[in-house]
Amino acid sequence: MTLDWQPLLITFKLASVTTAILFCIGVPFAWWLAHTRTRFKPVVEALVSMPLVLPPSVLGFYLLLAFSPEHWFGQWLDRVAGLRLAFSFEGLVVASVIFSFPFLVHPVQSGFQNLPSSLAEAAHVLGKSKLETFLRVLLPNIKPALLSGTVLAFAHTVGEFGVVLMIGGNLPDQTRVASIAIYDEVEALNYAAANFYAGVLFCLSFLILLVVYVFNRKAPI
Amino acid sequence: MIRARIKKRLHGAQGEFVLDVSLEVGEGEFVALFGPSGVGKTTLLRCLAGLDLPEQGSLVVNGETWLDTAARINLAPQQRRVGYVFQDYALFPNMTVRGNLEFALRKGADKKRVDALLDLMELGELQHRKPDALSGGQKQRVALARALASEPRLLLLDEPLSALDHEIRQRLQDEILRLQRHFGLTTLLVSHDVSEVYKLSRRVVVIENGRTVREGEPATVFGSSQSSGKFHFAGEVLAIEPADVVFAVSVLVGNQIVRIIATADEAAKLRVGSRVMLLSKAFNPMLQVVE
Repeated sequence: MTLDWQPLLITFKLASVTTAILFCIGVPFAWWLAHTRTRFKPVVEALVSMPLVLPPSVLGFYLLLAFSPEHWFGQWLDRVAGLRLAFSFEGLVVASVIFSFPFLVHPVQSGFQNLPSSLAEAAHVLGKSKLETFLRVLLPNIKPALLSGTVLAFAHTVGEFGVVLMIGGNLPDQTRVASIAIYDEVEALNYAAANFYAGVLFCLSFLILLVVYVFNRKAPI
Repeated sequence: MIRARIKKRLHGAQGEFVLDVSLEVGEGEFVALFGPSGVGKTTLLRCLAGLDLPEQGSLVVNGETWLDTAARINLAPQQRRVGYVFQDYALFPNMTVRGNLEFALRKGADKKRVDALLDLMELGELQHRKPDALSGGQKQRVALARALASEPRLLLLDEPLSALDHEIRQRLQDEILRLQRHFGLTTLLVSHDVSEVYKLSRRVVVIENGRTVREGEPATVFGSSQSSGKFHFAGEVLAIEPADVVFAVSVLVGNQIVRIIATADEAAKLRVGSRVMLLSKAFNPMLQVVE
C-alpha cells in the first residue's frame, strides 16, 4: 500500500496558514474586545462565539453561497481580487479563520482582562506609546494565554470536518485534508489508510496538548 | 510650582458626589492628601497623572499647561513626565528589576542612571530577579526607583506603603523622605495613615466627600498645638459596650487596643469605626526606654 501524504500536508499547511492569519487579526481584536466600552460589545461577542455553537455545515453552507460566482460577494471577489474561493485552498483558509476565531480570541481576551490595568497605565506614565506598551508589556505578560489560543486554534483547524467538506469539497491535492481523507477511506472500506491518517492525527493532537500543559504549568513569563 | 483645580463626578459608597479640589504645591514641597478611602484622593492623583479626565479642571506645572478643559488641552500621560507609584506597584512581571528600571528611562537617557538608582535603593543584589521573587517591601522600593528612573517633574505616591507591615513601613518612610530630599522632587502622597502623614509631609490637605476640609501643617491639622504638652493619639473605635452607668469604648491605637470609659453622652456621639483622638492632659506621661 502506498501512503498518500498529501492530505496530511494539506491539513498542516491549512492549520499553519490559518493560525498565522488568526494570530495577526485575533490578538489585536482580543485586546480591543477586552477594553472596548461600546454598547455593541455583547453583539460582537455573540458573533465571535457563533462558530462554537453553530453546526459547521450551517456556516459552511452560507460561506459556500457567498463564495459562489453567482453571488454578488463571490462576483465582487472575483472581479477585484481574482479570487474564486469555493472549492479552493484559499476558500478553506478564509472559512477556517472564521470558524476558529473564538478559539484564539477567547483565551487571549481573558488573558488581557486578567492583567491589572495598572500595568498599561504604569507604562503610559513612563512615557511609552500604546504600541510599545502593547508589544513590550502586555503581550509578554499573557504568554500562556497566547500559547493556549494559538494551539487551540491550530488544533481546531486540524480537526475541522464539516466546514471543509462544504467549502472545499474533496479535491485530491487541493482541498482533501486528513479528516476528510479518513472519511473517504472508510467509505471505500480502506481501513488501513484511514487508520494511518487517524493515528497520525491522534498522536499529534496529544503531543500538541501535552506541550501546552507542560509549558503552562511552568508558566515562565 | 503646581496649580491644579479638578472637578469630577464620582460614584462612591454613599452614592454620587463631586470631587472638587484646588491645590497649590510649591517646588520641592511634600504634600499629603489625607482622608478616608473612597473620597476621591486616588482619582485626584490619577487626574494629575492624566490617567483620568476630570469634567472640569486645569493643571499647570512649572508654567506648562498640562490640562485645561476650557481650552481643550489635555496632555496624554506620556507627555506629562510624572512619576507614579501605584498601590499595587504595577511592576512589569516579564522584566527583571533592572529591566523595569531600564524600561522607564527616557529616550537617550544615560544607562548609568539605572546603576545609580540601584545603588541608592540598595537593589544591586536583586537586580536580576523578577518581581514575583521579591517581598512586598522590595517591590515597593523597585516601584519607587522605577518612578525616579524616568526623571519625573512630579512624584505621585498612591498609598505606597499600605500593603506593608509596620516595621518595613517605618524603614521605607525614611527612604522616601531621603529620596525626596535627594532629588528635591515635588511630591504628592495619598495616605490615610496619620503617623505617615506626620512623618513625611510638611503640609497636609484633608479631603472629605470630595472637598478640602482642612489644610496646613500636620500638627495643626490633626488638632494639637506642639507647645501645649497635650498627649494625643489617633485611633479608631472598635467597640462600644455598656458597663453599669458608663460605656467602655475599645479604641485601636496603632496595634494596641485601649479601653476607655466614656459617659453616655460621649458614647452617643461615637460609632464603631469612628476615628477619634485620644487626649490626655492631667497625667504626666512617663517615658521608659525599651531597648
